[in-house]
Amino acid sequence: MATTDARRAERLPGAGDTHVEHAAPPAPEGALIRNLRTIGMVWRREIIRFRRTPARMVSGLAQPILFLFVLGAGIKPLVGETSAGGVDFQQFILPGVIAMSVLFSSLFSAISIVWDREFGFLCEMLVAPVSRTGLVLGKAAGSGTVAAAQGLLLVAAAPIVGVHLDALQIIEVIPLLMLLAFALTAFGIVIASRMQRMESFQMVMGLVVNPMLFLSGAIFPLAGLATWLAVVTRLNPATYGIDPIRRVMLGESDAAPLTINGWVVPIWTEVLIVLSLGIAMLALAVRSFQKTE
Amino acid sequence: MLEKRIRGPPVGSIFVALASGAVEVDGLVKRFGDFTAVDGISFSVEPGELFGFLGPNGAGKTTTISVLCTLLHPSGGRARVAGHDVLHDRNAVRSSIGLVFQETTLDDYLTGEENLRFHAVLYGLHGHDIRRRMDPLLDMVGLTDWAGQQTRFYSGGMKRRLEIARGLLHTPKILFLDEPTLGLDPQTRVHIWDYVDELRRRERTTMFLTTHYMDEAERCDRIAIIDRGRIVAIDSPDALKASVGVDTVTIETADDVTARDEIARGLGVEGEVLPDGEGLRMRVPDGEAFVPRVFEHLTVGVRNVNVRRPSLDDVFIRYTGREMRDAEAGGVDQFKANPMVRGWRRG
Repeated sequence: MATTDARRAERLPGAGDTHVEHAAPPAPEGALIRNLRTIGMVWRREIIRFRRTPARMVSGLAQPILFLFVLGAGIKPLVGETSAGGVDFQQFILPGVIAMSVLFSSLFSAISIVWDREFGFLCEMLVAPVSRTGLVLGKAAGSGTVAAAQGLLLVAAAPIVGVHLDALQIIEVIPLLMLLAFALTAFGIVIASRMQRMESFQMVMGLVVNPMLFLSGAIFPLAGLATWLAVVTRLNPATYGIDPIRRVMLGESDAAPLTINGWVVPIWTEVLIVLSLGIAMLALAVRSFQKTE
Repeated sequence: MLEKRIRGPPVGSIFVALASGAVEVDGLVKRFGDFTAVDGISFSVEPGELFGFLGPNGAGKTTTISVLCTLLHPSGGRARVAGHDVLHDRNAVRSSIGLVFQETTLDDYLTGEENLRFHAVLYGLHGHDIRRRMDPLLDMVGLTDWAGQQTRFYSGGMKRRLEIARGLLHTPKILFLDEPTLGLDPQTRVHIWDYVDELRRRERTTMFLTTHYMDEAERCDRIAIIDRGRIVAIDSPDALKASVGVDTVTIETADDVTARDEIARGLGVEGEVLPDGEGLRMRVPDGEAFVPRVFEHLTVGVRNVNVRRPSLDDVFIRYTGREMRDAEAGGVDQFKANPMVRGWRRG
């Protein structure tokens, strides 16, 4: 062992030759700044990835377009004007279809965390000396932005089905899309943290995404339903994310606003419900990130 | 948050500061359900050391690294990395270490440079510092010209080199390398080792690696041989091989039988004449010193002399009673021991 010790001594600092220049130690900075930088970086990664995968953008728009222009056009003659008056079926489902694209996009990109786990990038994030809250918020912000942007692309289709929006309506729709995207992304991260493998994906689609969509008032008015259906749709959080978007895009009178026992739920109440559910989901997501195993 | 890395000529106080050891593990246990992946291991790694974990797949190497890197909670025992407790002081540990995982953990859709920037920002580096640190590292791993390409266009070796650069970006005190050359072709393995050697020369980073390749373990200052979650031997490769005790000396002579008798008379060593004229084989404690003495006693001509020191394979057999390739664990154990597979399962 004496020889080993001697060899070891030679390796201690000072054997002196070229160095790679070293960065100064990071300046001490507040936890807040550190978290904001983490959120910014994780957000940027999501945006870069979205920009570089045009196929994802196209496939994300395919289904909503099918609903709007094929299903919508096909069913329009059957139903004539919707119960609320004013608008035809295609116009009625436009906000629902936009919400649907937000729903798909946010849940899918949140669930891509499972993908990150199988391909290891999650580990790279988890060993970093940053708060788990920063990682989750960054992910939620990034996926939320991507989803809202996709929804916004469909807003451009409004004139084609005869919905003419003014600037104010568009400005009002954007934060509503972002709110829905953010809440759904947070929900998606919670699902992902409970999911072990990519194979469970189909199950999530069948048991979560589709029921959430069909029971939300995205594709049919929520007035005059059978009691059980009326109850289930009003328990579905997505309902409260989609209704405000429709009310802004079609106007209060044509949108058939959501009612519970005849009480018209105010928009701000719906916004508050979605926001608090989003925050609760986010807290849950942070918790599952904190448990490393 | 990061402590300043100590550089330059040795000063007395440095040794005091580093005397605690880069990694200190005491009675560490990690269980998955009723499967014990790591079974009460204790060891320490000196600052500046290249320390290796050698063992078959499923022996507990990756699990140990995952605990030391805060990815898994220990089930028992204590571990300190760079002086910080891996359970109670996790962010301090995370800041002090770099990690190159067994599997690629790059984002395929980001460029090499974007991957490094992502890492740098998460480790608290700022704009100008990032460039100053990133450029020489990219240069060192020979990827300067590729930095702008998305990493999905990289070869396996390039990815691994980028990951090594990334692991060093924040000037860690300790770099963990989990099977750094797994799945790479032999030529690329040689290159990766050139980079590791270069790194140690330039940065003097403490390195902790796991491997199941004997030739890689040979390069370490010290290795711990790990089998079924326990450390069965720990020392320098030379000392471990010496502990096996005997070298194998084979000589080919004009007349092996005469040679055997002469050596037996002169040196008291009983040789074994191999069939088909393959020579005379003897097992002796110090083969290199033994050979000149053989020549003093031989009257027959010698065609060829071969001295074989014990290999780490011999060491593994000596301490575990099995050959390493027979010791590879079954698929289930490996599956359980892999934290990537386990993910965030609750409980």
